[in-house]
Amino acid sequence: MNVIINGQARQLASSQSLNQIVENFTKHPHAVITELNGTIIPFEGRKEINLQEGDTLELVTFVGGG
Amino acid sequence: MTDTSLVIAGKSFKSRFLLGTGKFKNKKDLKESIASSHSEIVTVALRRIDLERHEENILEYIPSHVTLLTNTSGARNAQEAVRLARLGRASGYGHWVKIEVINDSKYLLPDNQETVKATEILCAEGFVVLPYIAPDLYTARALVKAGAATVMPLGSFIGSNQGLKTRELIQVLINEIDVPIVVDAGIGAPSQAAEAMEMGADAVLVNTAVATAQNPPMIARAFAQAIEAGRLAYLSGLPQQEPAAHASSPLTGFLYDELDANQKHS
Repeated sequence: MNVIINGQARQLASSQSLNQIVENFTKHPHAVITELNGTIIPFEGRKEINLQEGDTLELVTFVGGG
Repeated sequence: MTDTSLVIAGKSFKSRFLLGTGKFKNKKDLKESIASSHSEIVTVALRRIDLERHEENILEYIPSHVTLLTNTSGARNAQEAVRLARLGRASGYGHWVKIEVINDSKYLLPDNQETVKATEILCAEGFVVLPYIAPDLYTARALVKAGAATVMPLGSFIGSNQGLKTRELIQVLINEIDVPIVVDAGIGAPSQAAEAMEMGADAVLVNTAVATAQNPPMIARAFAQAIEAGRLAYLSGLPQQEPAAHASSPLTGFLYDELDANQKHS
């Protein structure tokens, strides 16, 4: 399954939940905010959502800043 | 006379020092600087995570009593700032947002017009909005009308450590704007922070000058003391500058009746 994550083309095994994907990329899933195809997905919604072919996902977190 | 708390959007703060968390060499310095600054409002930014390596979570270094202020740095227009603010709120770490919209890569000056637009949208959505602007009275008035919790004018170019180059324009905002004025950007030394507070600014936001000092926790403490000193000086009714000399001690009535007498004998 081909998706775009943070602007990068990625191939994923099919039927992974958004929750699983987030946990693959970070040790701090609660500090990561997800936006799927332009819509913010709240924490509690991640388990119920599976990525689809062609989806665009943004994974965002807090960093140092003024 | 005792000082009152800094009140932003109905929330009281003892400290008038807002600290930014960018550019620190390591997280230990960051954690210790937050502690020694006594800051109660700390800014953070939002970025895409690095997919290739597991990154640290900066929030683990920020104590829970501190109010997190998410800045929208990286936004080039109102729409992008609004998107970043919404992402920050979705984290569950609060709804306080510093609007920072920059689309000029040379001077890194904030775009006041886009900042007003973003402030209007986000205030209507219930955010507490602290907009960062190039000091301008009309922009500040538009921000207050939109519901901004503070106005944060820049002292000089961001990260420049040049101090209060915009001093007279900031003074206009202090005089005319009823929400707290937080001097943000360009403050490079505790003396400059004290100067802003002596002018009547309500608070100061510092990042680069702390993060890039050789000893960040120590300069954070120095800034905290300078901000407090400047505030006390302001509250004390700071005497005005005079164009000519005025003696501090009596010059007459002991050796000579007149100062001229001294000159005759010398």
